[in-house]
Amino acid sequence: MPASPELPAVGPASALGARTGVDLARTADRLRLLALEMIAKAGSGHPGGSFSAAEIVAALFFRVMRHDPKRPEWPARDRFILSKGHAAPILYAALAEAGYIERGELDTLRRVGSRLQGHPSVRDLPYVEASTGSLGQGLSVAAGLALGARMDGADVRVFALLGDGECQEGQVWEAAMFAAHHRLSNLVAIVDRNAFQLDGPTEAIVALEPLAAKWRAFGWDVVEVDGHDAEAVAAALDVPRPDGRRAARPRAVVARTVKGRGVSFMEGQNEFHGRAPTPEELERARAEIVARLGEAGVRRA
Amino acid sequence: MSRPLGPATREAYGQELLALGRERPEIVVLDGDLSKSTMTKHFAEAFPERFFNAGIAEADMVGLAAGLARWGKLPFVSSFAAFLMSKAFDQMRISVAYAGLPVKFVGSHGGISLGEDGVSQMSVEDVALARALPGFAVFVPADAEETRRAVRAAADWPGPAFVRVGRPKAPVVYEGGCPFQPGRALRIREGRDVTLAANGLMLAAALDAADRLASEGVSARVLDLCSVKPLDEDEVVRAARETGAIVVAEEHLLAGGLGSAVAMAVAAEEPVPMAFVGLADTFAESGRPEELMQKYGLTAERIAAEARRLLRRRARA
Repeated sequence: MPASPELPAVGPASALGARTGVDLARTADRLRLLALEMIAKAGSGHPGGSFSAAEIVAALFFRVMRHDPKRPEWPARDRFILSKGHAAPILYAALAEAGYIERGELDTLRRVGSRLQGHPSVRDLPYVEASTGSLGQGLSVAAGLALGARMDGADVRVFALLGDGECQEGQVWEAAMFAAHHRLSNLVAIVDRNAFQLDGPTEAIVALEPLAAKWRAFGWDVVEVDGHDAEAVAAALDVPRPDGRRAARPRAVVARTVKGRGVSFMEGQNEFHGRAPTPEELERARAEIVARLGEAGVRRA
Repeated sequence: MSRPLGPATREAYGQELLALGRERPEIVVLDGDLSKSTMTKHFAEAFPERFFNAGIAEADMVGLAAGLARWGKLPFVSSFAAFLMSKAFDQMRISVAYAGLPVKFVGSHGGISLGEDGVSQMSVEDVALARALPGFAVFVPADAEETRRAVRAAADWPGPAFVRVGRPKAPVVYEGGCPFQPGRALRIREGRDVTLAANGLMLAAALDAADRLASEGVSARVLDLCSVKPLDEDEVVRAARETGAIVVAEEHLLAGGLGSAVAMAVAAEEPVPMAFVGLADTFAESGRPEELMQKYGLTAERIAAEARRLLRRRARA
């Protein structure tokens, strides 16, 4: 475990989940800071959709999911798939914060020879279940995992984080139909509803609303939540573990978020969908996050 | 000269999948609402709890298979070859190939010999697409016996694999068992003057062509290249060196298929005159299979004619 001594212990204390003592809001900001710095170092990447998902990822990794950084392939681990693969920096930040990878490795993002590919690669990284980045594919893979778990009677839940623009992909709804038909109650889809896609607002390009109603119509148990209220997100994601009942439905959590959340000049500014901050922007962004966390809470290892 | 007809290769697939299902409990099967045509129905009837009909949703079906493979199952995925390779190519590329997962794809109704249903159901680019995916093995068996071996080899292959099977009854090439192995060409007829390399239904046509050429005093070697990838480059280069001319025949577009694979190996190591029998840059049409094979030049006559042309060219040189 590479956690530095001056950092508060926000990584999973044990393999058994339910780490109620973790301050998820602070953890989300720490993930933002790591993501910001790795994108700046790489010179490219996607800050907007990484920041909108910070509380969701923090809630999953440090509260909801049962996993053990010492055993990345632990069979009983809950599974996570970042279907919106362009938010890889926030995933890599969580992997480092949890102790799956060294924090120093984050500096290799997008470099030749690095395990930290521009979009996540299952062959390269621990606790990654699917190679993503071609939008629309993650929920199907997650449903396959959930199906396998149920076939083997495994007490495992599967979480897939989707972008909202991603929901324009037809495959998402193919997977939604299949999962509902097979009553995959061990499957949770989270939609990061930040209202923007690369070229602009989703509602101006191909409207998604009423998005929650669509998931409901596809047979899912839908919860809408403020995606930046980490405790509320954690509560929405924490579906009951499989208990053999076949009547239950898969859950969709529509998390209302703000793209670029956490850095004032990035919030709702779609130019930060896919570009790195300039050195000056990096310092301003860093200062904002540091002001919330306090300098002692953010020192790098 | 033609060989007796045996079972369709898709029927052999269905039977071998059933046998594998009995031996290996980790095998699961997904089909895209075509189980009565792809013959996964045999497995579905025997093992309903390990069979999933994904509905008419090929992209999702491939993603489901990737998830099941990541979980630890050994998924076989079937549909018409056309719908599998063309509709779900990106899912094979990223969810399966890039992830390095051992998902096995068996596409039925390959080529134009499915006949009357016509162009939208025909797959004439599947081999090119599958070849282009890193880590994929690609097998195109010629008859029922070879299909059984190829399906078993696909199950044992460490990564993803694509096997193409066909709709019509297939001429019997292997009567006393087939020694198919991935990456091994099978020299099923010795010859000195020219090599006829083929797979799928075109292998029986190549044997018939060799019979015709023999009656004219031409000794034609016949190679079964069921294993398109990995390709047995050594045996292909040996054929070029020892016979000096190669005709490649496939029920596929000329672009990117077996002919392209063989030509690369030959051009790199032992350039010799080559000819290619397959579909030119065109779609086929509806019709009876044998009429279509005639009309589009996928015949023993055409293979023999191309061999004669190469030999004349060599004689002039």
